[in-house]
Amino acid sequence: MSDTLLEVKNLRKHFPIKGGIIGKQVGAVKAVDGVSFLIKKGETLGLVGESGCGKSTTGRLLMRLLEPTEGQIYFEDQEITNLSRKEMKSLRREMQMIFQDPFASLNPRHTVERILSEPLIVQGMGRAEDRKQKVREMLEVVGLSSYHAKRYPHQFSGGQRQRIGIARALMTRPKLIVADEPVSALDVSIQSQVLNLLQELQKEFDLTYLFIAHDLGVVRHISDRVGVMYLGHLVELTESERLYEQPLHPYTKALLSAVPIADPKAARNEQEILTGDIPSPSNPPKGCPFHTRCPKAMDICQSQSPDFQEVEPAHYVACHLYHDGKLHV
Amino acid sequence: MQEILNTQQFQQVKEVQEVHSPWLDLWRRFRKNKLAVVGLGIISFFVIVAIIAPLLAPEGINEQKLADRLQSPSADHWLGTDDFGRDILSRILYGTRISLWIGTFSVLGSIIVGSILGIVAGYYGRWVDTIISRLFDILLAFPSILLAIAIVTILGPSLSNALIAIAIINIPSFGRLIRSKVLSVKQEEYIMAAKSIGMGDFRILFHHVLPNSMAPVIVQGTLAIATSILEAAALGFLGLGAEAPNPEWGKMLSDSRQFITQAPWTMVSPGIAIMLVVIGFNLLGDGLRDALDPRMKH
Repeated sequence: MSDTLLEVKNLRKHFPIKGGIIGKQVGAVKAVDGVSFLIKKGETLGLVGESGCGKSTTGRLLMRLLEPTEGQIYFEDQEITNLSRKEMKSLRREMQMIFQDPFASLNPRHTVERILSEPLIVQGMGRAEDRKQKVREMLEVVGLSSYHAKRYPHQFSGGQRQRIGIARALMTRPKLIVADEPVSALDVSIQSQVLNLLQELQKEFDLTYLFIAHDLGVVRHISDRVGVMYLGHLVELTESERLYEQPLHPYTKALLSAVPIADPKAARNEQEILTGDIPSPSNPPKGCPFHTRCPKAMDICQSQSPDFQEVEPAHYVACHLYHDGKLHV
Repeated sequence: MQEILNTQQFQQVKEVQEVHSPWLDLWRRFRKNKLAVVGLGIISFFVIVAIIAPLLAPEGINEQKLADRLQSPSADHWLGTDDFGRDILSRILYGTRISLWIGTFSVLGSIIVGSILGIVAGYYGRWVDTIISRLFDILLAFPSILLAIAIVTILGPSLSNALIAIAIINIPSFGRLIRSKVLSVKQEEYIMAAKSIGMGDFRILFHHVLPNSMAPVIVQGTLAIATSILEAAALGFLGLGAEAPNPEWGKMLSDSRQFITQAPWTMVSPGIAIMLVVIGFNLLGDGLRDALDPRMKH
């Protein structure tokens, strides 16, 4: 058995833009445009990028909450892209999602007990008393108390609600958790608590995370490997430390140099400030998607899209600057 | 430190006691609105009157005493008598039953049909939405009372047909309301969460979408009972609602129209009854709207 839990090959999602009186398709928003990566069992893959770069869409595609336009998703070596709704349902207990907004992701009219037992009911797991017991256990596991089960979501703080969201995702004992910006709606002081909780849970339940975020510091803290997305493309993917120490793609460099450093005396070498805005995903530039803002753009970047290639062991970059692991000038 | 611990323990104890459901919260906010409580009082009063009308009414609704016709209010007949010598108070008490019955059931009918159509349109979208929405547009294109008259004319004038007509003309307003609410609720993350665990459409609709879409419908429904009662009275006034001996308020108004100069009390009393019930439902509806509005929640 391979140690790959999830593999994504050339995943695309184009949202049609409809116009005119008869509503025919006049264009498409290319939210995710050819993304490939794999997640190993037990690791945390971070996915970073500016808002609108397609990272959340990628997460939703993996969960089959959106239907991919093209590409394949393999979960434990089984292709899930074409599974029927019914086949997918039984697989859903293996993969769960944690959502960004703890105020919107819990139904305000249900008690915590009901919110947490619903995954079990839907999946047909356990009898009523067992479910009750499991809900109470899980509340303790995520750092709440069993008496919280009778309460409604509005009686909790943001951090507590996110713990409930995490508990809900864990109820069916999944293998993969897609965490879609799980801490970005929380106060900084609460963020670290929730991140630590996620790390503890990973050890305890043998979880694999796809961790989507826009905060580079948060991603570095929790991820084993990190992928950087820009305009629907994965531009760089490598081990977390290597990415932060030695970024290769010009976009990654610019992103990292924009991270604030807490030490005012620290010398800032080669700070790169990007100019311009992210191009519209409905009308992406030809060639490399980043060439319009890239400080090192060359002629070839305007016409040819760079391949996503391994320039050094376990370090993938999509950039014409690198060829066979060397700087190509 | 000990102090901090104590307050924490105290808070925990306090928190345990404070387990309140959304409905209890609603009642707490509602109670603060004096006018709304007055509205609730008026409605409760009429509901009780409707239930125990036979105990309250001094005379039967069809007890004709032609010798006593068109008597002005007196100790014997508190609200006077009509042109057949029937006691107006008794007729108004019984009429409460008819008006509340029409108001409640016509609105319930339009809520049920309108909700189903609105949910289907809002949740599934696309061509289903287009067809249902255009259907609503067509119904809304007619002035409502004209449409009601047309429906009653087709079905034949009777109280139950008036009820059906009023229910039909109210369907589009509820349908649209639910549809727009469903459109926003279905974007919520908890719907996404429900889908991610593989929940079926039916369960999502009835456990998640519907309960979270009902607040504006409750408000609109309360207000619509008031207009339904008015519409029923209008149909009764036009001779398209209740049949002759029924003490329907609108019918009573129209029957006594020709005596307005001789015996104004025959018209004033049913008029005031209609007004009170309508005001009651309007106050109640306004109060509910304020209490259910999330912006008022603090």
